[in-house]
Amino acid sequence: MASVDTTVEPNDPVTSEPGIGGVRRRDFINIAAVSFAGVGVVATVFPLVNQMNPSADVLALSSIEVDISAIEPGQAIKSSWRKQPIFIRNLTAPEIEAANQVDISGLRDPETLADRTQVGKENWLITLGVCTHLGCVPLGAAQGEVKGEYGGYFCPCHGSHYDTAGRTRKGPAPTNLEVPEYSFLTDTVVKIG
Amino acid sequence: MSFPWAQQYKPTTEFGQWMDDRLPVGRMIYNSLGAGYPTPRNLNYMWNFGSLAGVFLVVQIVTGIILAMHYAANAEIAFDSVEHIMRDVNSGWMIRYAHANGASFFFIAIYLHIGRGLYYGSYKAPREMIWLLGVVIYLLAMATAFMGYVLPWGQMSFWGAKVITGLFEAIPLVGKPIQELLLGGFAPDNAALNRFFSLHYLLPFVIAGVIIMHIWALHIPGSNNPTGVSVKGKQDTVPFHPFYTAKDGWFLGLALIFFTGMMFFMPNALGHADNYIPANPLSTPAHIVPEWYFWPWYAILRAFTFDFLFVPAKLLGVLAMFSAILVWFFLPWLDKSPVRSGDYRPRFKKFFWFGLIPCIVILGICGGAPAEEPYVMLSQLASAYYFAHFLIILPLLSRIEKPKPLPNSITEAVTGKPLPQAS
Ligand code: HEM
Ligand code: FES
Repeated sequence: MASVDTTVEPNDPVTSEPGIGGVRRRDFINIAAVSFAGVGVVATVFPLVNQMNPSADVLALSSIEVDISAIEPGQAIKSSWRKQPIFIRNLTAPEIEAANQVDISGLRDPETLADRTQVGKENWLITLGVCTHLGCVPLGAAQGEVKGEYGGYFCPCHGSHYDTAGRTRKGPAPTNLEVPEYSFLTDTVVKIG
Repeated sequence: MSFPWAQQYKPTTEFGQWMDDRLPVGRMIYNSLGAGYPTPRNLNYMWNFGSLAGVFLVVQIVTGIILAMHYAANAEIAFDSVEHIMRDVNSGWMIRYAHANGASFFFIAIYLHIGRGLYYGSYKAPREMIWLLGVVIYLLAMATAFMGYVLPWGQMSFWGAKVITGLFEAIPLVGKPIQELLLGGFAPDNAALNRFFSLHYLLPFVIAGVIIMHIWALHIPGSNNPTGVSVKGKQDTVPFHPFYTAKDGWFLGLALIFFTGMMFFMPNALGHADNYIPANPLSTPAHIVPEWYFWPWYAILRAFTFDFLFVPAKLLGVLAMFSAILVWFFLPWLDKSPVRSGDYRPRFKKFFWFGLIPCIVILGICGGAPAEEPYVMLSQLASAYYFAHFLIILPLLSRIEKPKPLPNSITEAVTGKPLPQAS
């Protein structure tokens, strides 16, 4: 120990004498101190990074109610949910039929129309309007937009085609358009989120 | 520079050698914070506050950058965006409290660091430049803290900005145009808030740059020490690492306990409740005070209640307040005593502990108190003493004082045995 009346040899720090088996008593204090500091650093860094996650007010925007009474078969509307476009589409009978005829075993992301809609409401296809490739808004919801080779949606960014069930059929999109959590409050009002 | 006995940097890996030949960062760290920097063996705890201030500067920069991710510098929504940080952002309350209390801890460290310099004569030759750069750092830190306090756009923010920019109005003839230039308007508003935010973000990095020069200048003569006697031989020093890295590290741990204690259990103790009221340009709070670290200077400002000759009180107060800090720039030439450490200057020591320190404490108390008696009178007396200390007492003392005999070396002071003759 360096007390006021012992001379410390600067080039021969007190840490250097080896003990039994090359282990020095000071190793314990070194390891303990460094591990303690390490735990502290992790505990500090976590909130400093986590602050970038969505804040409470952003999460609070997470559900909307939409009146769908004015959407005729064959029409779709775009709405906005969590600052992202949402497509609500009233499928026509031929569109439902076309979707059901597909053999899903050949699909990139195999799902039936029934998997993607609610029982008794198979004509209501509700999906995010966010291409699963890199996030552009596909065309096909508004009147007069191209619907792609499969009559659903077409993403102009890198050419992804979606069918009438919003499933990816051609192009780079890896998965089907995402179906958000939703429920019908009445026959004409749907709550998303 | 270093002492001739400093340990030499030897890269231990091939990559280390490769780097050392190209960009010797490792060597620089080794020679400034590592075993290659011989440091007086007898530094006491007063020498811990420089590195502590550095750590708190880093805390301010890290938390500040995060706050800026969520803050909106717009007079309409600035206050709400701070509330948004407090309520909505994940751990936002914690980051804001860390920044607010971090500023106070930075100033605590700086004040003890400056006090150390004042007592142990660290401003004297050959360390004048370290001291001058330190004063620059302090001035920059005050500007930064002031502008930061404006950002939440509460009542104290607004009126603080108004009052402090109002100081410039005291300048004869051009005062009013200067105040309008600083504010970009006739009262603090969006223009002022935006430029304060811009500068509040910039200045800490300027401070970091000046600190690099401060430490560069420090490494020419090396640290002073409690005896004030220069290092004379190898026995007088220990390598910075592991001795002072360990001591600084342990002390940092201790300081962080107090810091987190404040942050979590009394986060608003040093703040002012009125700053949780949104800025209102039409109503001044009953009692406006700056943050505690400005109180002594604020007291000097308010001590001037009378016109002197043809100089109005308002101008006098402003001049006195700025001079109170600017006088530090002249300190190395005002105190001519060749003895550095107050430990060996019996009279200086008395004037320091029973004159200067109580005087600054009284100024601090008065600065935080309302502008009424007895505080006004006390500030006047203490301001007078403050200037007398630097301009009269120190120059006189250095002539008439008989210092105590100095030890021949640090080693002798510490061990009682003479420094072995260098080989
Ligand atoms: C952000 C602000 C500052 C930082 C990070 C800082 C950092 C440091 C560090 C790390 C040292 C070496 C360790 C020590 O002696 O404590 C030092 C030395 C010194 N500082 Fe500062 N400093 C700051 C502000 C100031 C101010 C405001 C002053 C004076 C007005 C000042 C005056 C000095 C002096 C005179 C020395 C040499 C001390 C000696 O060897 O005795 N510093 N500073
Ligand atoms: S983003 Fe839609 S195809 Fe690339």
